Amino acid sequence: MPTSPPSPAPSARPARILPVIETVVFAVALATPLLLTTQPELITLATNVLILSLLAISFDLCWGYSGIMSFGQALFFGVAGYAIALIGRDLEFSQGWGTLPIAMGVGLLLSFAFAAFLLLGRRTPTVIFVSLGTLTGAYAAERLVSGWQYVGAGNGLSSVKLLQWGAIEMVEGPAFYYMVLAILGLCYGASRYIVRSQFGLVLAGMRQNEERLAFFGYRTQVFKALIFSFAGVLAGLAGALYSYHQGFIGPGNMGPGLSTTAVLYALFGGSGTLIGPVIGAFLIETISYVLADQDAIKQYWPVILGVVLLVVVVFKPTGILGFFVSPRERIGSFGGRKGRR
Amino acid sequence: MSDLLEVRGVTKRFGTLQALGGVDVTVRAGTFHGLIGPNGSGKSTLLKAIAGAHLPTSGTVHFGGTDITNATPYERARLGLSLKFQITAVLPELSVYDNVLLALQAEQGVWALIRSRSRHKMRDEVMHALERFRLADRADELAGALSHGEQQWLEIAMALAPKPQLLLLDEPTGGMSPEERRVTGELLMPIKSTCSLVIVEHDLDFIRDICDVLTVLDQGKVLDSGTVDEIQQSEKVQQVYTTRV
Repeated sequence: MPTSPPSPAPSARPARILPVIETVVFAVALATPLLLTTQPELITLATNVLILSLLAISFDLCWGYSGIMSFGQALFFGVAGYAIALIGRDLEFSQGWGTLPIAMGVGLLLSFAFAAFLLLGRRTPTVIFVSLGTLTGAYAAERLVSGWQYVGAGNGLSSVKLLQWGAIEMVEGPAFYYMVLAILGLCYGASRYIVRSQFGLVLAGMRQNEERLAFFGYRTQVFKALIFSFAGVLAGLAGALYSYHQGFIGPGNMGPGLSTTAVLYALFGGSGTLIGPVIGAFLIETISYVLADQDAIKQYWPVILGVVLLVVVVFKPTGILGFFVSPRERIGSFGGRKGRR
Repeated sequence: MSDLLEVRGVTKRFGTLQALGGVDVTVRAGTFHGLIGPNGSGKSTLLKAIAGAHLPTSGTVHFGGTDITNATPYERARLGLSLKFQITAVLPELSVYDNVLLALQAEQGVWALIRSRSRHKMRDEVMHALERFRLADRADELAGALSHGEQQWLEIAMALAPKPQLLLLDEPTGGMSPEERRVTGELLMPIKSTCSLVIVEHDLDFIRDICDVLTVLDQGKVLDSGTVDEIQQSEKVQQVYTTRV
């Protein structure tokens, strides 16, 4: 978090917990369909969690690593989801080799357009300006599609054509799950590579003192715009997968509601760690699923969730992972006397 | 020696307060130039106008022949101008090593940074910079764990890392012990062959020891300018320092 206080205790070689947590999470993710062979509805839930994890990671890149408070990640998610649904409906085309890159391109173009407007000014924009700008964009888009008959208006687009790889149609189930897990793994690896690179060092410096970096000669707005655009690519890809998996995309999938949910996944799990938002998405979605059958509690669940998250944000802004991962490990080390650790 | 920095008629207003009132300063290449004056005389404001932290209300700033009056801080840094802030601005959550690496890699392109192409190549350069400022043994510690004096040295090391033509130092010895001040002077002298210096400092003994030229500011205007000897003989300066400091 940009305003987090300096870490008090220096440690030349801090313990490395994050790789252990990452390994455990991905091992569990790999085994999940094998453990749920008799409960296909839970595989559907798990697939949904993976897709939403990708959305949460896209937010984490913005806020946790770059100090960009984006309430617009669902916009890139939703527009890409609509795009591939329309391509399927109007062009009868749903080949993954074509539509998934298109979804990524939609996310890229849209997020870059927002970045150009909100981030690439001559002077550094404030957090409030960016958060309100992205929030307004998501809200306007949701309102726009809600009244646009061509895209199904308030009903959204249902019966989205199934994703295809050649002659194979991907229906929900273990195969779809492992495809999403593979895509999530690739995106996670690419994100991890970036945030641990020298580029990531610039992001880490920017979070602590953006003005200082400008005096080193960094045009910090460009770095923000690039990471924001990359995050838009991930959100667009997640939107396409969601649309294919659910067979539906609607106005609620591109508005402030889902954007805020992505924020909560990251803050609850632990922003600035990449794996924290995945854990956050898993916990929140799983608890929501369990409580959906508990009539006595489910109506209060949004309130309970809100209070829990408020407590986390106020008392443990580093999220659940903050209990296990030191601030130093979260920020990372980019070099040293004996090389990168 | 050519003129490296030319400040002409610079004024700066904050609302109704005039912090600078038509300041002219010329810094020649290869010199250490001190800005002195009583509290509130406009020294730090002038330094910030040169660095780009404040844009002047009027007047011009030329650096190496280029008009940088309205340039952003990063544009000035790219031209070879470097600033050490008055308030220590090391990045406390990064290691000492990473602080210097961050300063050093600023000229790299985005793609090179993503690929981390210079991470290993720069190791010797980073360690050399840290050794010069007696911080090599603490390279892997967090910058926030350093003492105040060490943080000041780290920041000077960071400001010098990109090999600037002109270094702007705002009270580099603030909060230092006498021994740390002496060492700071020793650490700065060797850079004279490669880098000019504009320094704002309250410690007149320190500034007399390392500077070639002094400009004295008072109430936002240049009171006098000249060599250290000339300023020491200046009646105008003596009057201000004996009556108001």
